[in-house]
Amino acid sequence: MGSLHNYLMIASVLFSLGIFAVMTRRNGIAVLMGVELILNAANLNFIAFARFGGMNISGHIFALFVIIMAAAEAAVALAIIINLYNNFKSVNVDEARQLKQ
Amino acid sequence: MADVIFWVIAGITVLSAFIVVLNKNLIHSAVALLFTFFGVAGLYAFLWADFMAGAQVMIYIGGILVLIMFGIMLTNKIQSVNISHSSMQKNAGAVVVVAILGLLIWMIQKTPWKITTAEEPIQTTGQIGNLLMSEYLLPFEVASILLLAALIGAAMLSRKTK
Repeated sequence: MGSLHNYLMIASVLFSLGIFAVMTRRNGIAVLMGVELILNAANLNFIAFARFGGMNISGHIFALFVIIMAAAEAAVALAIIINLYNNFKSVNVDEARQLKQ
Repeated sequence: MADVIFWVIAGITVLSAFIVVLNKNLIHSAVALLFTFFGVAGLYAFLWADFMAGAQVMIYIGGILVLIMFGIMLTNKIQSVNISHSSMQKNAGAVVVVAILGLLIWMIQKTPWKITTAEEPIQTTGQIGNLLMSEYLLPFEVASILLLAALIGAAMLSRKTK
């Protein structure tokens, strides 16, 4: 039913895909999705080490705080993206080069 | 049987993550992200983390994914049929990402992980609650302030300036 190696492999694939999305996507919301993938990979590592590495419930609590932080981050990031759309009529992160228009 | 279910869940997670990253349609990416989150919740269940699996489903799928869907709908015109988005520098990005992935896998294989054997807990919710109210009380309270600040900040940022 999977050893520590399997979980770490899955988490590293998720992490790499998240990095790829952050680096190559132009749409701000797609970049946000990449960040969510990275956070999920980190959480999976926390829970895997809680189960196999002897972190026990402390690992779960750390992952819970990561989820809380991800919720706050998503709310603020979407507010920024909607503001960007109102000002530039586009959410492409490579087109937003000016601090003011 | 459990082995088969584990590999099916792992496959769903990784495949839908690939769709999230590579699909041209933003809505398709968001729906694929739903399956990734569900797959990760299933992996949590395999790791004896029942409370975390529930929290993953409720916060990520019920909260963050709905927020992302709202963001997509608010930043695109409804009339445009294909809400597409492009990537740039795909080849250079792929080279860097494959290098990172190779490094991580090499590290995972090389490291002599210390694996402890633990008893499977009957449920983890009670222990998490006890720890949050004793050892981790200060971070718990700080997290509530963080959420309040994010709430006010997001409302202020997205308000129309008069």
